[in-house]
Amino acid sequence: MARSAARGHAWTFWLFVGPFMAGLALFVYVPILWSLVLSFHEAQNTVTPTVFVGFDNYRQMLSDGPFRESLVTFTIFALFIVPLTFACSLGLAVVVHRLRFARAFFRSVFFIPTACSYVVASLIWRMSIFNGVRFGLANVLLGLFDHEPIAWLIQSDPPLYWIPIVTVRLWLQLGFYMILFLAALQQIPGELYEAAYIDGASPGWTTFRHITLPQLRSTSVAVVLLTIIAAYQAFDEFYNLIHKDLNLARTPLLQLYNIALGNQQDYGRGSAGAMILSLLIVLVTLLQGKLLGFGKPAD
Amino acid sequence: MVGYRRYSVGTVAVYAGTSVAAVLFLIPFYLLVRNGLATDQEITAPGWRFLPEKLHWENISELFNDPAVPFARSMLNSVVVAVLHTLGTLLVCSLAGYGLARIPYRHANKVFYGVLITLMIPSAVTFVPSFVLVSSLGWVSDLRGLIIPGLFSGFTTFLFRQYFLGFPKELEEAARVDGLGYWGAYWRIVVPNSLNFTAAIAVITFISGWNAFLWPLVIGQDQESWTVQVALSSFLTAQTVNLHELFIASAIAILPLVIVFVVLQRWLVQGVAQTGIKG
Repeated sequence: MARSAARGHAWTFWLFVGPFMAGLALFVYVPILWSLVLSFHEAQNTVTPTVFVGFDNYRQMLSDGPFRESLVTFTIFALFIVPLTFACSLGLAVVVHRLRFARAFFRSVFFIPTACSYVVASLIWRMSIFNGVRFGLANVLLGLFDHEPIAWLIQSDPPLYWIPIVTVRLWLQLGFYMILFLAALQQIPGELYEAAYIDGASPGWTTFRHITLPQLRSTSVAVVLLTIIAAYQAFDEFYNLIHKDLNLARTPLLQLYNIALGNQQDYGRGSAGAMILSLLIVLVTLLQGKLLGFGKPAD
Repeated sequence: MVGYRRYSVGTVAVYAGTSVAAVLFLIPFYLLVRNGLATDQEITAPGWRFLPEKLHWENISELFNDPAVPFARSMLNSVVVAVLHTLGTLLVCSLAGYGLARIPYRHANKVFYGVLITLMIPSAVTFVPSFVLVSSLGWVSDLRGLIIPGLFSGFTTFLFRQYFLGFPKELEEAARVDGLGYWGAYWRIVVPNSLNFTAAIAVITFISGWNAFLWPLVIGQDQESWTVQVALSSFLTAQTVNLHELFIASAIAILPLVIVFVVLQRWLVQGVAQTGIKG
């Protein structure tokens, strides 16, 4: 009896979970295993492994310039974007949270850029705001101070292209993280502040530092991790903002795109690159789980 | 008295600062409309005019009638891809999430670990392996290649599972006692009572489907299969399309999501707060 009930449950279980697991196997497990095999083979213009080359693809990816440069590019990008996103989205959330009048309006205004794609935002940044000729908005503003127009996205010295790259992502993602902080701010019990005021604290920096920030700890950790992981996968704005023949700033995914889908169509090295990036992000995830103490299986 | 004055000055400063920030956030939208309804001469004119002398609404029909620009086709592709992506993901992941949350199967935990492990690697990082597989299925430049591989989101399944774990059990048990079984209880009781959560996930999935770029770029190798994001990107990088068409095309491309944001903001904010990670 119990045995047949268990078998019945097995059938029902797979009725629900089967389609998903089949898809996951075909579109996630199989590609990764296939790529693992390809990464040890020469596979140019073909997705079937030809000559076994051992760790050559890995050695080439890690030694030759472009891929390693792209990891440096990611690091520089993360050093700008992570603290700026954190500070600005927290600032917006605190201010919007304090508003009594028109709060919903301002929340919507800061949130609505999330509707925009990176492609459209890059187009506005490249063709209008940071257009290198005289009619670009930034150059119009500089013109008011009699400053010469700046070729924002073409020149490498000084590396001013970071300004459009960083601001476009800030514009697109600040509202999203602001919503996360707002949700957390609403969870802080008001009695905490009242108790502090009774003890003589004045509203402002002191209560922010000693009540608000500690109460936001788990959201803050989540925001930092999410922005780092998102920066690691940056592709869209780098691809669309900077002319593809200019080697100014190429992220890891952009380099992989060039290797696997550019002229070389080198799936062997492309696969090796994908394996390296996957391994790095798994290591970071495990490390952060250890450091923050939530490495145990989520349940 | 002093306290009152300080408070009001502070409030004025907060509103002034917030308003300045709001204007900055709205400038890119203003630029889309301004340039999209202008002529190329007006866009490139040296002096800055707030709006073109006359709003050129005919730019819209010019865009759709320009044979050099496959814009209408790409919009249609995006609608098909985003809608099927959303419906398919909801169906597959909600079913799986329910099965993992509720059905007492001996190996359910092992299966769940198999899902959890995929959460560690973002799908964008493995676009080369996925492309290798999809190209060997012959789905390059094909809507199947754009839609199907994206349906099996471990993260969405994980969210559904967590949600169903908190779903009141009594409701389902009553239904199962009435002879509905898990399948009947899922469709008659669980789904109709989970519409808020499902709507929140749907909005977020639709947005990410509409705005996706890397995967459609990799798969859409000929014009027929371009989504609107790929089409805009190729107009931008080729620079053969004139400026006002480029801007009006972008404005039209974000219109569906701006409408979603305005109409469905309640579910969207809820979805963002619940899921956090996607977007």
